[in-house]
Order: sequence, then C-alpha cells, then structure tokens
Amino acid sequence: MILSNTEEIPGRTIREFYGVVTGSTVRAKHIGRDFMASLKNLVGGELKGYTELLNEARQEALERMSEQARSIGANAVVNVRFSTSSVAQGAAELFAYGTAVKVD
Amino acid sequence: MTGAAIKLGFPLLLLFGTYLIGSAVEKTHYREIRIREARSRRFPTVNFRTPPKSWNIVGAEMVAGNVVISIDYFKRFLAGLRMLFGGRVASYESLLDRARREAILRMKETAFERGYNAVINVRIETSRLASSNRKGEGTAGVEILAFGTAVKFAK
Repeated sequence: MILSNTEEIPGRTIREFYGVVTGSTVRAKHIGRDFMASLKNLVGGELKGYTELLNEARQEALERMSEQARSIGANAVVNVRFSTSSVAQGAAELFAYGTAVKVD
Repeated sequence: MTGAAIKLGFPLLLLFGTYLIGSAVEKTHYREIRIREARSRRFPTVNFRTPPKSWNIVGAEMVAGNVVISIDYFKRFLAGLRMLFGGRVASYESLLDRARREAILRMKETAFERGYNAVINVRIETSRLASSNRKGEGTAGVEILAFGTAVKFAK
C-alpha cells in the first residue's frame, strides 16, 4: 500500500479511482502517563509519553484506512489528510482519510 | 507569620526553579536543533503539491513527525501577566517555534533514514490536547504534526 498526501503518486500513473477511504481510532491517556505529564507541565518541554501515544494512534488510523482501501481492490491512497478532535475529556479521536486509487 | 511565608514562598520557589530548569532545557534544545538543521540543510523539503519537473522520481511514501510539548510554570506565569496588557507573548512563541522545528526535523530524519531524497507537499498541523481534569479546562499540551510525501530520485 502506497500512501501519499499529494494528489498523485510521484513517478506513478493512476489507473482507477475508487473513492474516499477512512480510518479512525479513539484513544485515552492512561493515568501513569498523565501523572508524568502533569509533573512535566511544571518544567515544560516535550511530553514524550503523549508524543508516542499520538504517533501510535495515528499509525493505527492509517493502518485501518489502508485495510479498507485493500478490501476494495486499491493499491494506493492519495491525498491523505489527518484530523484530530477531542471527543471527551482525556480522549482524542485521530482520523485519517484519503482517496483510494489503483496505480501501476 | 510562618504560614504566610510558606504560602508566598512556595510559589516563588516554584517559579524560580521552573525558570532555571525551563530555560536550561530550552537552550540545549535550540543548540541541538541548530546542529540537526545544519546537517539536513541539503535535504530539500518543500510544500509544493507537485514536484519540480526537473526531478526524476522513482518512489514515494508518506512520512510524518510529531511532538507534544507543554508549557512550563514560569512561562505560564509570564503569559498570565502579558494577558493584562496584551501584545506579544514571547515566552510562548519560542516554545511553538521549537516544537515546529523539532517536528519537521523528525519528519526529515525519517525520510532520510528510509533512503529518500526529498519531501514534497509538507503540511504542518497544530492541535491542543485538553487536560483530563474534571471540567476539561486547561491545556495538557500542544501537538505539532508535520507530514509530507517523501520521494526518491532516479540514480
């Protein structure tokens, strides 16, 4: 599965368009990480636990999107976009979407 | 008397302590960013949607880099003072600048490690993580995400 956030895959030609595919995941922070983060909030700087958490969640969303694209016979997703929204306190939805296509 | 001294002394101590640690962390981070930026200066990252015609591209893949940062106690205090008068909140500017450059560097380094020669269509997104306290007020951190399409040139 080739992913790209451009409208076409550089160096490839698009043969067929399938339509929009989506993937999302909702994650909550866990207490241990939250506690470390609140300590880190005093001195500032990077919250490594959260960086990792969001990175993993985004990978998961991309994986689900790729899975959907694969199931309809596509081999690439172009114009991939991300969107993050907090649905409730302490939980965030990471959402990825793009257009499934077939390239050669 | 001692009660008042403790009540006043603790926030002051916290303010001073976080100022020292926060500015030391910022200084080392900026030094590290400058070194890494100098090292990857010849690695083109552009926000064009389509690559320049002169590039002969043979492969592509999406890459991303993210970072979550928090604001230290001292900077929040400074910003609080700033809210009274309005104007530039310089203490937050440097923080966001650091985070954005760090996210871009992470994206570039991922692309470089995987053997790509450039990144096109770079986009940067900023989102706020709500704190998980009862009301969901306040900010637990700010996430910066940089992503783009890494491309490989024909030899």
